[in-house]
Amino acid sequence: MKYGRREFINTMLGAGGIGGLASIFYPVFQFMIPPKISEPHVSSLKVGTVDEFPINSSKIVRFGRVPVILIRNDQDTFSALAATCTHLDCIVQYNQARKQIVCACHNGVFDLNGKNVSGPPPKPLTVYSVSIVDDQVIITEEKDLA
Amino acid sequence: MKQSSKQKTFSWLDDRLDLKPLVEMMDHKKVPIHSHTMWYYMGGVTLFLFLVQLFTGILLLMYYRPGEDSAYESIQFILTEVQFGWLFRNVHAWSANLMVLFAFIHMFSVVFTRAFSKPRELTWVSGFLLLLLSMFFGFSGYLLPWNELAFFATKVGTDIVGAVPFIGEQLKIIIRGGEDVTGATLSRFFGLHVAILPAITFLILSFHLLLVQRQGISEPRHFHEQPAEKKRYMSFFPDFVLRDALLWLIINIIVLYLAVFYPWDLGLKADALASAPMGIKPEWYFMFMFETLKIIPPHVWFIEGETFGILLFGVAAVLWMAVPFARFRGKQIVDSKWITILGVFTITYMVVLTIIGYI
Repeated sequence: MKYGRREFINTMLGAGGIGGLASIFYPVFQFMIPPKISEPHVSSLKVGTVDEFPINSSKIVRFGRVPVILIRNDQDTFSALAATCTHLDCIVQYNQARKQIVCACHNGVFDLNGKNVSGPPPKPLTVYSVSIVDDQVIITEEKDLA
Repeated sequence: MKQSSKQKTFSWLDDRLDLKPLVEMMDHKKVPIHSHTMWYYMGGVTLFLFLVQLFTGILLLMYYRPGEDSAYESIQFILTEVQFGWLFRNVHAWSANLMVLFAFIHMFSVVFTRAFSKPRELTWVSGFLLLLLSMFFGFSGYLLPWNELAFFATKVGTDIVGAVPFIGEQLKIIIRGGEDVTGATLSRFFGLHVAILPAITFLILSFHLLLVQRQGISEPRHFHEQPAEKKRYMSFFPDFVLRDALLWLIINIIVLYLAVFYPWDLGLKADALASAPMGIKPEWYFMFMFETLKIIPPHVWFIEGETFGILLFGVAAVLWMAVPFARFRGKQIVDSKWITILGVFTITYMVVLTIIGYI
């Protein structure tokens, strides 16, 4: 087939049209991606004095932008775990009667070491270290301790 | 001969807009009368409820203020301070639920009467897309009051998007407006709910209605094969339209009754540091998917359970949309009894899992 002036103009118009659309949609797509907001990295958090946490209770605190569940069990030891369920992102809770961590969204169950024991969660909860210094409860990222 | 003012107005418009072919088309449009005629009204009821949504939604926009610190408070203000605010908010919530219900009824009636057979495949595809859009409307609107239930439903719903292979994580961040569900998510959902989804719906709904007008009302096979003298029809205008109007009125009364006597609970304000409350449930039309995700084990073969779930529903939705195009040994299968079995199975699955979710 002869590639004449008409075909050449059609090709140029087509390519120009595609380029025109791309020049609209590329910025639109980039605009949709939220910019990264820099936040100070938190590696350790002082959450209060020992007395503020009754035995066999829990409290959810914000560790940087991550919610962390701090549990004081009936053996009087503290543990801290990421409070976000590894299944679909719900916030877990401490079940005082069963001594387990449960997620109400899809019945996920974790033990107090964060291990996923039943229900749909595919992974254990991230473990944080808890130390008590001068009666203050301090949560620390495990890797920072290492 | 002297023309009446009505005739004068018509001929003035006709001179400019050439309305006669349109009037002729409306005169000739007819609706078959048979044992399944009642299902023809379901699409109209869905459309009516959509119009109610549009009307009440615009009114709610006058007072609603998106934002972590203002959304919940503005709904409280609408409910307690604004005159008839409670009414419009409850009508909006109830009508939304009924709209999704009637869209489902409309869809299944189309399946069982085989109304999606040639030449109406594209009407089916556009209708299915409208059902998906109405579910997106429900999902995005659910977050707007910024209450506890909505917050967790959105966390779960958007996290499911994250399970889409390859692009999921990026898509989740775009939908949430960040890594977590925050005020940025609320802004995005607000924009989606009041601007983007209505614009897309307007286009697809126009196409759907244009096809319905262009192709006329579908006749089921048992009716179509009858001899011409045995077939009975009613005129679309005014007989069918008047019946439709009566049904719309009845539906309107039901919506008002529900809004007045069963108001929609606002619940507690969302708190990013609160545990998901026990007994948390999504809207009823997502319940079968929610229950399925509960049942699927953490790992299926080498795939994570949630990824498997989303792939399963994605594939099922595409296959469902493609049913009118399906061919077996070179023949279309739309008349096969397998379509009825598939429809019954789908309804049973959805109903049983929804009931399990509520007991």
